[in-house]
Amino acid sequence: MTGNEAVAAGVKLSNVKVIAAYPITPQTTIVEKLAEMVANGELNSKFIEVESEHSAMSAVTASEMTGVRSFTASSSHGLLYMHEALHWAAGMRLPLVMTVVNRAIGPPWSIWGEHTDSFNQKDTGWLQMYCETNQEAMDSILLGYKIAENNKLLLPVMNMLDAFTLSHTSEPVEVRSHSTAADYLGELELESKMDFNNPAGYGSIVPPDGPFMEMKKDMRDSMYNATNAIKKEITTFNDLFNAELPGLTENFMMEDADYALITLGAISSTAKYTIRKLRERGQKVGLIRLYFYRPFPGEEIVKAVKGLKGLGVVERNLSFGQRGPTFEDVATALYGRVDVPMRNYVVGLGGRDVRVKDYELMFENLVEGNNEIEWVNVEAR
Amino acid sequence: MPFLPITYASTSTKILSSWRTSKPVIDYTKCTRCAICWKFCPDVAIDLVVDSRLKSPNEKFSSLEAPSIDYDHCKGCGICETECPFGAIEMVREEE
Amino acid sequence: MPLTIPREEYMEQGHTACAGCGAALSMRYMLKAAGPKTALAIPACCWSVVPGEFPATNLKVPLLYTPFAAAGAAISGLREGLDAQGKEDYNVFAFAGDGGTADIGLQGLSAAMERGHNVIYIMYDNEAYMNTGIQRSGSTPYGAWTTTTPVGMKRDFKKQNKKFVADLMIAQNVPYVATATIGYPEDLERKISIAKSIKGPKFIQILSPCPPGWYHNSADTVKISRLAVESKVFPLYEFRNGKFSLFKPGKTARLTDYLSLQGRFAHLKDDEIKVIEESVNERWSYLLKKEQS
Ligand SMILES: Cc1ncc(C[n+]2csc(CCOP(=O)(O)OP(=O)(O)O)c2C)c(N)n1
Ligand code: SF4
Ligand code: SF4
Ligand SMILES: [Mg+2]
Repeated sequence: MTGNEAVAAGVKLSNVKVIAAYPITPQTTIVEKLAEMVANGELNSKFIEVESEHSAMSAVTASEMTGVRSFTASSSHGLLYMHEALHWAAGMRLPLVMTVVNRAIGPPWSIWGEHTDSFNQKDTGWLQMYCETNQEAMDSILLGYKIAENNKLLLPVMNMLDAFTLSHTSEPVEVRSHSTAADYLGELELESKMDFNNPAGYGSIVPPDGPFMEMKKDMRDSMYNATNAIKKEITTFNDLFNAELPGLTENFMMEDADYALITLGAISSTAKYTIRKLRERGQKVGLIRLYFYRPFPGEEIVKAVKGLKGLGVVERNLSFGQRGPTFEDVATALYGRVDVPMRNYVVGLGGRDVRVKDYELMFENLVEGNNEIEWVNVEAR
Repeated sequence: MPFLPITYASTSTKILSSWRTSKPVIDYTKCTRCAICWKFCPDVAIDLVVDSRLKSPNEKFSSLEAPSIDYDHCKGCGICETECPFGAIEMVREEE
Repeated sequence: MPLTIPREEYMEQGHTACAGCGAALSMRYMLKAAGPKTALAIPACCWSVVPGEFPATNLKVPLLYTPFAAAGAAISGLREGLDAQGKEDYNVFAFAGDGGTADIGLQGLSAAMERGHNVIYIMYDNEAYMNTGIQRSGSTPYGAWTTTTPVGMKRDFKKQNKKFVADLMIAQNVPYVATATIGYPEDLERKISIAKSIKGPKFIQILSPCPPGWYHNSADTVKISRLAVESKVFPLYEFRNGKFSLFKPGKTARLTDYLSLQGRFAHLKDDEIKVIEESVNERWSYLLKKEQS
């Protein structure tokens, strides 16, 4: 099953009632698959063939507001086009789930993988999860709805998978039991849904002396404090489905590691392969993979990096005029708590391969840990 | 539950009389109870009431519903004065 | 006297529209015909502020605020969400300004109509971006002063003709398209009721005079609305199942009767008024021909 098929299967398992989506490579096959499921009667859902991503997000925001589980998916330019509406969905505290197949942003045009699209959305109030496998891509939809719909949280969830390496590549995926999934999620019961007996304004203007800041603080606190609930939910999920989701992060060969990298998404698999290889040569190296990016798993990272001699933060996205956002977030988490020499690596933009030898190079270079940013597998001009 | 931007309270308790520079005054001896003023008020500030104490052009009208200005919500736009076909409403300057 | 429009009010007092706001009357009339089983979506516009600040609302129907460009998509989502729960008997309305309809929201409107959702899109047309302080929109008529078409030494008023969104909706073959205005409340109520009775997408454009934006006396809102029709500046029409019918006002008015009450046209010279007159006449004969064909 390809990553995109796994996502569609996850949507079906989640008993989604309204889908609105607009095609963009490499997300398209999700939309096609869902449309086909609806057409075959496999999935009892309304399908809105919107004319843009801004409309896709606005339509599912409205349908979710009526109290039905809703879904959309996008990539790259489509995700950027949604930006305003992403804030709207989160600000209305709607437990939507969206899949993002990570793709580069032009110009120049590129349809291949990198994470800049979803990194540009990290401050919209959506939870963010980066998948490493197609199994995770499916499971993260179910888990995503479960977490989002938690009454204490009520924030939307964005699920990421890398273009082509996951989205269009087949891997063995176990489709979870339909009845277990149905019991697990149940019907959506959104207390704040549009109520005709008690009509309200949903999103009314708030003046400066009104509770605007309090609402934003509540959003921030809800997300920031959700980590324990998420961890518990992952444990429940793994027990119930016999699944193998990591925690907020996955520590790979970290126990006695001297040097480690931090990665997100599918490129983590090559990193793990490299680490095994280097371990055979006696090098004490390890990996921290961030499954969740929002809320940011700062505590997990603090615990995992204690005692390291060097930490490399691998960035498959870009911020201009500063080091990468992951580097900044890791540095913030460690500030005043753990003193580890760090480096920042920019890799894999526009679908550029991140090879074993690239990781080997990063581990070699890491010894210097001087807070600098390095470009990996880039030609000198 | 999260702190949601959802608003249920009615606005009708808000007093907007300070918005006015002049106020409509109905001369009930001219008012035929046609309710045209009621129809055209953008602020829903004209009620229809049955009040036999109100004057009327003649007895025929006194049992009918008559317009009554809700001065808490009237903004003094003057539409009712313009639209009254019988010249029964006059805008009067508010005292400072 | 028997009332000529429904008595029930679904818009309450205490809203923050300007005195004499035509758009407030549009909402009041629309909701009377729509009734309580109605979900409303309102994008950024005057009406995203008028219902009141947190924690208040002046509407007795649920109202979803949306981004500026999102009215068409939001009503699509509301409709499908309600239908998914078997609530097919609830009405779904958009209530959007001319900027949110003719300009930034046109794509979303066109697409929502094309997809055929069972929704009613109301465009309250005050012929400029009023919420942001009177900037020109695609729906601002030729000759009008706005803050982005200011009248200076070079006489830089709006030089382009009004984009009639209702005409576009007819071109798209939307099952029910109508124009209306607040000076004719009974006609407006009737059109909303017809729209409710038709399954599929509906579009109604309601001319809604705006005292501060048009620089007219707040007492003249209803009068100006009627003059717009009587002078043929804003023809009332209906398009239903491919049949077009044009309302011919019994009483006619001169164009200058309409223009002279509004400060936004005060700068116009005779030859410029002539330009307006010609385009009004041209459009009227175009619509007459449309009715006959
Ligand atoms: C994306 C976006 N761009 C600009 C704005 C600023 N804005 C808010 S309302 C408005 C004009 C609304 O005009 P119209 O739709 O005609 O409604 P009116 O205010 O005239 O009632 C603008 C430009 C916004 N809210 N969102
Ligand atoms: S002056 Fe305007 S607001 Fe006051 S009652 Fe008359 S129409 Fe209504
Ligand atoms: S600016 Fe115009 S449309 Fe807006 S509230 Fe005031 S009168 Fe109404
Ligand atoms: Mg406007």
